[in-house]
Amino acid sequence: MAIPQIALTKCTGCGLCVAVCLKHGLEIVDNKVFFIGGDECNWCGMCEAVCENGAISCPYEIVVEEST
Amino acid sequence: MNKQDILNNTPMFTGMSQDKLAAIGKRMFEKSLDRDDVILNEGTTSDALYFVAEGVVKISKTSSEGKEQILKLMRPGDFFNDVPVLDNGAAPANAQAMSYVLLYGISKYDLEIMLKQYPEISVNMLRMMAKRTRYLISLVEDLSFRNVTSRVAKILLENTSHGNQPVHHLTQRDMAAMAGTAREVASRSLKHLESRGLISIENHRITIKNKTALMQMVES
Repeated sequence: MAIPQIALTKCTGCGLCVAVCLKHGLEIVDNKVFFIGGDECNWCGMCEAVCENGAISCPYEIVVEEST
Repeated sequence: MNKQDILNNTPMFTGMSQDKLAAIGKRMFEKSLDRDDVILNEGTTSDALYFVAEGVVKISKTSSEGKEQILKLMRPGDFFNDVPVLDNGAAPANAQAMSYVLLYGISKYDLEIMLKQYPEISVNMLRMMAKRTRYLISLVEDLSFRNVTSRVAKILLENTSHGNQPVHHLTQRDMAAMAGTAREVASRSLKHLESRGLISIENHRITIKNKTALMQMVES
């Protein structure tokens, strides 16, 4: 399972990403955000959208369907 | 953030003495909301200016087909509903809590008194409205004159994974930066491409379903 990528050095521990995560997948520990699993991440990208520091991101792999 | 943080750190109150800030603080009321609670409905009237103290508020518009477009996410320190409070019109967008949210509000009546009593607030508000106008002009430019969707299509085509060859995976923020637009606009472009059946988005994977059509979009 893919999980959001976290850059701890950029995280200020504000907790906005934790607050908006519908899957309860994030937690602040010692003022830094960590992915704790929760319900399976559906890659909604809201944690990335609310983070002004770019500390959390949901990157996409881009593939081409074979038949095209 | 608490009420004092809002007063001390919001650009609207820059340059004001602690006495004046304390007087303004007395006119503020508190409002707390749970996730998904609706604060404002587009087209309805509301007579208060709101400051976000905790949580995130989503400002969005809904199209006639029921599709939601997020215009902005309001974080602690941001304020919203300034337009209806100043022009006496209806709310131009929806506002909804994305988490537990704590707001501090100033009623339209109190705001009008404050604007007359403390000209500093009027000047600060004009500066902030000017900044927002700049942002909206750039958004209009993006949506009207530049084909952001074809740029996003090009970015997708140029960043596909091929076999074992490692390719840097892209976030929506990356795509927005590469297309020279806001994340919200890049997100809208991806949804547009998906609704046309050219790509599919499933969890962390974007699959190009019709490479030929996507290439034609880039070339046109």
